[in-house]
Order: sequence, then C-alpha cells, then structure tokens
Amino acid sequence: MLEGILSANRWHLLFTQMDIFWEGFFFTLAVSVAGLALSMILGTLLGVFSTTRSRALRAISRIYVEFYQNTPLPVQIFFMYMAGPQILQAILGAATPVRIAPFAIGSLGVGLYHAAYVAEVIRTGIESVPRGQLESARSQGFSRAQAYRYIVLPQTFKMILPPLCNQALNLIKNTSVLALIAGGDLMYQADNFVSSSGFLQGYIMACALYFLICFPLAILVQVLESRSKRRPRAKVIPGITTDLDAKEA
Amino acid sequence: MTVFAPENIAFIMGGFVRTVEISALAILCSLILGTLLALVKQFCTGRLCVFRWIVSIYIELFRCTPNLLWILFIYFTVKGTDIFISVLAFTIFTSAVMAEIVRGGLNSIPDNQFEAARSQGFGFAAMLRLIILPQTFRTIIPALFSQCTTVIKDSSYLAGINVAEFMYTTRVIMAQATNLSQVLLLYGFVFALYFILNFGISLFVRAYQRRLVAA
Repeated sequence: MLEGILSANRWHLLFTQMDIFWEGFFFTLAVSVAGLALSMILGTLLGVFSTTRSRALRAISRIYVEFYQNTPLPVQIFFMYMAGPQILQAILGAATPVRIAPFAIGSLGVGLYHAAYVAEVIRTGIESVPRGQLESARSQGFSRAQAYRYIVLPQTFKMILPPLCNQALNLIKNTSVLALIAGGDLMYQADNFVSSSGFLQGYIMACALYFLICFPLAILVQVLESRSKRRPRAKVIPGITTDLDAKEA
Repeated sequence: MTVFAPENIAFIMGGFVRTVEISALAILCSLILGTLLALVKQFCTGRLCVFRWIVSIYIELFRCTPNLLWILFIYFTVKGTDIFISVLAFTIFTSAVMAEIVRGGLNSIPDNQFEAARSQGFGFAAMLRLIILPQTFRTIIPALFSQCTTVIKDSSYLAGINVAEFMYTTRVIMAQATNLSQVLLLYGFVFALYFILNFGISLFVRAYQRRLVAA
C-alpha cells in the first residue's frame, strides 16, 4: 500500500477527483458550524442551570452532562441513525420509518455531545470568579448589569475562551463520526476514494484538509491560553498611580 | 425474545471484554510512548533541538486530525490481528495527547526540584526516574484517567473497521431484532455498560482529586 505514495498517476487521479473532497470538506464545515451553535446555546443554558439555586435545574444539568460525557459519540450516532427513524415513525404515526438527513444527525449528534463539555466549561468559568468581585463592584456603585459587564464577565471570558476553542476543535474532529453512517462528510468521501481506488492518497488529502481547519484553531488555543495566564495590569492614570503601582498589580 | 438468548448475551459481552482489553493496552502503550515524546520535547535543546521539532510536528499533526482517520489509515496499511491494528492505531493517536498531558505535569514541577537533584549528584536519568517522573505522574493522574475515558469511548469507532468490540457485537445481534423495543433495549444495554465503566473511572478521579485537595 505504502509504496505507491510517490506515484505521480495516483496523485493525478486524486486531483481529478478533488471536487468530492471539497464537497465533503464544506459539508464537514457546515455540520461543524451548526453543531457548534447548538452546543454553545445548549451548553451555556446547562452551565447556567448547574449554578442556580434550583435543585431540579441542577439535577437536569448534572444528568445530561454525565450521560453525554460517559457514553461514546459513535454509539449515540448509531442510535440516531438506526433507531431514530423508527422512533419518529412511532411518535408521528407515519406509515414508514421517517428518514433523518445525515446533516441533521451529524449536527445534532456532535452538538448534543459537546454541549455537555461546554456546560462544564461554563460552570467552572462562572464558579471561578469569586463572589466578592460582584459584591465589591456593587459596593462601588456599579449597577448589577454594569458589574457583570465590566467586572465579572471579562474575567469569566478570559478563563473559558481557551477551553471553549478546544471544544470547537474537538467538535470538528468528531464530525468524522459521520463516515460510519455514510454521512457524506470529508472522512466519508476520503474513505470512499481509498476503498474504490485502493490509493492511500485519499487519506493524506483528508489529513491535510482537516489539518487546514484545525491547526489555526490549535494555535488560537495556545495564544489564548498564554494570554489568560498573564496577570492583569492596572492602567497608569497620571497623578493617581505611578508606573511602579502598575508593575506590582 | 430470541435476541436476548444466553448465547447472544455472551457474544455481546465478549465484545465488551474486547473493548476493555484494547483500551487498556492502548492506554498503556500510549502512556509509555507519550512520556518519551514529552521528555524529548521538554529536554532536547541545543544541538538536539531537531528532535524537539520532529516531536512537535508529530503532536500537532495528531491533535489536529480525527482519530477515525488514523484508524482507517492503519487498517489499510498494516497487516495483523484486529487487536494489534486497533492498539497500534490508538497508540499513535493517543500518545500525542498523552505527551501533552505528561508535559503539563513536567511543567508543574518546580525548578528547584531539578536543581536540588543536580546538587545531590544525581545524573540526568536517575534524576528523572527517582525524583521528577514520580511527582509528574502523581499530578497528572486526573488528566490521565479522563483520557482513559476518552479512549474507551473512542474505541467504539473500531466498529467501523469490523473489529469485534462492544459496539460491533451489539450491532450484529441487533440485526436479528424484529421490533423497535428490542433495538431500544439493546441500545439501553450498550449505553448502560459504557456509562458504568466510564462513570466508575470518573468517580475514582473525583475521589482522588478530593484527597489531593485535602492533603
């Protein structure tokens, strides 16, 4: 298999079929964007639930997170793919199983799965800002909205941005699960190319295309991480603080 | 209810055992390889700097591409038993993650530990073995075990290349199911077993972390 890697004809064949790779590439991107939107919305909601005083909301969030974090994504996808149509048939009373589009299975699958991880990120973010920050902001005459806007949220975002980007990265990689159910994503198209032609070039191309999306994100995670580790510095206000104060802060 | 005949259940459970075996072997191998990679990335400086570059490229390559890609790639290129292929695919992929985990641990060891070891006359290898690595592994235990959960979950990708692991054996039996409730029961069974295994691990991690905080 490996000996043909440098063969010019094989690469030529690959490049003549690049349109199916691009099709898969953009399908993967679309599924990722939809899944990301779902996981952010649902994850934020669940993350906020887990920090409220309501026992019921906390329980809902906990059960959701534990279920999705402790069961495999491929099993969840297989479940939606195989049992989903029959369940929908039973619910809707249709005559035949209701077909679910691969796009819907994919974005729902990765969206629900990563919502559990996003929820945990949001929860730790909220819990990490000490209560005293809000209280002292209020005591300084900030309104509640201002306190959140200027004091609490900037600190939360700085903390949670790197892990959130990491989740986005994992989500994109996990859309490859669609290949298992013939979902038409990049991994599926690459696998199709390799099994029909027998040329490994398909996997190499998929590898390059995934890398193209994910590497910039990985760099972003590193930049954000190093930025979040930097300690905050006070602004120099002439006549009130000196340069020395700013350095110490 | 022929789907739930004892021999079918035994067949499914065989897959579960296979899943555990593959995961355990893959974790062990990738921990060893990952530790080596982390040491190279951390300590190869100066003239050996080229090794650090190679390892960095390795880590970034595997961190930025999906697991399934490497499972399929290995399946296509390497000949061997199912277990060998599975463990190999997971090891090359997971060792990149393990390397980053171990490196995180190495970075958390204070510099004075290195200096103290040197001042006591330890050589580089002895310092790593007796002083640095034991502390590193203790700090990374939580991250290590959550990676175990990830490997166990991801091993169900192997159903895609017909390795007789848990998801695969269940699907084989599921093909005999005659109605929806049997399918749902089988899925319930799969979800439950994966959940028990992974939740058990996460409970252990939480207990361990509480002990660390208390200590």
